[in-house]
Amino acid sequence: MASEQQPMTIIKPRQGLLPRETRQQLMRLLRYGLGGLVIVAIVWTLLNTGAISTWYGQWGVVLRQALVTGVLVGSVFGLVAMGLTLIFGVLHIINFAHGALLTVGMYITFTLFESFNVDPYLSVFVTIPALFILGIIIQRLIIHPARNAPGHNQLLLTLGLALFIENALLVGFTATPRFIRLSYARDEFSLGPITLDFPLRVFGTTVTLEKLAAFIFALLLTGVLYFILQRTDLGKAIRATAQDKEGAALVGIDIDRISMITFGIGTACVGAAAALVLPFLQVDPVAGNAFNITAFVIVVLGGMGNVLGALIGGLIIGLTQELWVVLPVVLPFPFPSSTKLLSVFIVFVLVLFFRPQGILGKK
Amino acid sequence: MLTIDHLVAGYGDVEILHGISLEVNAGEIVALIGANGAGKTTTLKTISGLIHARSGSITFEGQPIHDWPSHRIVAAGVIQVAEGRKLFPQLSVLENLELGAFVKPAKHNRQKNLVRIFEMFPRLAERKSQMAGTLSGGEQQMLAVGRALMSQPRILMLDEPSLGLAPMIVADIFNVVTEINKNDGTTILIVEQNAVQTLTLADRGYVLENGEIALSGTGDELLQDDRIRTAYLGL
Ligand SMILES: Nc1ncnc2c1ncn2[C@@H]1O[C@H](COP(=O)(O)OP(=O)(O)O)[C@@H](O)[C@H]1O
Ligand SMILES: [Mg+2]
Repeated sequence: MASEQQPMTIIKPRQGLLPRETRQQLMRLLRYGLGGLVIVAIVWTLLNTGAISTWYGQWGVVLRQALVTGVLVGSVFGLVAMGLTLIFGVLHIINFAHGALLTVGMYITFTLFESFNVDPYLSVFVTIPALFILGIIIQRLIIHPARNAPGHNQLLLTLGLALFIENALLVGFTATPRFIRLSYARDEFSLGPITLDFPLRVFGTTVTLEKLAAFIFALLLTGVLYFILQRTDLGKAIRATAQDKEGAALVGIDIDRISMITFGIGTACVGAAAALVLPFLQVDPVAGNAFNITAFVIVVLGGMGNVLGALIGGLIIGLTQELWVVLPVVLPFPFPSSTKLLSVFIVFVLVLFFRPQGILGKK
Repeated sequence: MLTIDHLVAGYGDVEILHGISLEVNAGEIVALIGANGAGKTTTLKTISGLIHARSGSITFEGQPIHDWPSHRIVAAGVIQVAEGRKLFPQLSVLENLELGAFVKPAKHNRQKNLVRIFEMFPRLAERKSQMAGTLSGGEQQMLAVGRALMSQPRILMLDEPSLGLAPMIVADIFNVVTEINKNDGTTILIVEQNAVQTLTLADRGYVLENGEIALSGTGDELLQDDRIRTAYLGL
């Protein structure tokens, strides 16, 4: 059985820069990316021809602004959806309290800012651990005892939890919308040779400090989460548990502990997102609802349980929403104006029809 | 080493094991044979703590383990190659093996054990960065055995390792099992439906019928037994 001529390379196992699974997903993305480039080229040509050129001259800025805002905000959607999809992957529940927990994070950020003057980008160091612990408590007290209940009961349980949280916040903070505004949002920052004068002007579009910061932090945290999942023992245990619970138990992974920690990490994602969005949104007790629905659609769009899919899905939904609301303005024919959420539902229906396994999901 | 005493277990309202008793001594290869649905898998699942014993006891090296959570049982060295393999299909071969060394004592010797398993199964070394789900059935079974060995079993339990595999691969896997039993002194409890090969290999065997131990004896005794010959060997 044993063979003598085994090459020494097996002693130091190398798996390349990225695991195979990720590489395959990236290849798929590359294909989408190339497709996207072709579309961009066609659009570009069209934009330079005749009547379209005139139209684009008039509305180009609006469209570009929608694209920029869509990508910036979409990254935060991605972060929220990653939390939701991670929880789904391991615990097989859709946590309908995800949005309400986001609201909790926003109120924490608000309170820290109002009462203690804590900068929202610093308050992530509070909201992330706070929501992680809150998630763990919720999982222990509410989700875990119901782990063997039928799926729809667990769903109702998280809906009930959402209602409870909303009402508790209503009692604590009233329904009055609260917001925070950054004193330095319109300042100039010099980073060595470059000076950034906020809001930035890029190709005629406006990039605010709040949205740019949200984008950068969201991508950073997404990267951290991805690293944890791919490279740490904890991350591998989480992925193993998501793929085969019994198999995980049989290699000595404590499934209950992993479920608890995963739920904690998932809610920590909304803790981070909450602090990132508050500077450009406002919070009331139901502020997280729209995020909840959006995140759910993104999870389906990205492939249930697929973390990378959630990030891409977030960007797509961000773009879709922003483009959708400018359509009534920029289209040369009458188009009814409607809420951003309607576009999310349309995407949802389209995905269910044409790619129910999600963009990165396999059949 | 492993003593099962009047074990009762089942699923929901259904009782499957009606008080079975069996014993595996250190260094032995013990076979548990029986027809489809007899309760062999249920027995192994209960030993591993995936199902809870309703009554009776399971003792491993003097400690009652039937109340322990499965991860603690694994850490104690009671390792199972499950029916259906229970691999992580979207993790690489290497990641699957590394996860075999998830528990403390095994984690320590991870690299050393990895080298050894790649020597036992060169096919796994060739495919180490391939996703487990894309392996052939035989390779998956090798990986399942390899992953279990990464856990440094004190007792290795195999649930129908030959199921659906070509005879050559079955022989390979049985060879590895005998080899680690001889060289490392790893105790083996092997579950099989197909009895000849298993009983030839085993020191002793038990026959499970409808959740009860119907017969037991040395491998040779069972191979000679008329009831076994008609019921399980088709002779
Ligand atoms: N998860 C389960 N829920 C309910 N009954 C089960 C389950 N798994 C197995 N059984 C039943 O338990 C009995 C024994 O099954 P099993 O232990 O898998 O037998 P074997 O491994 O000997 O073929 C069978 O009647 C089977 O239908
Ligand atoms: Mg079985």
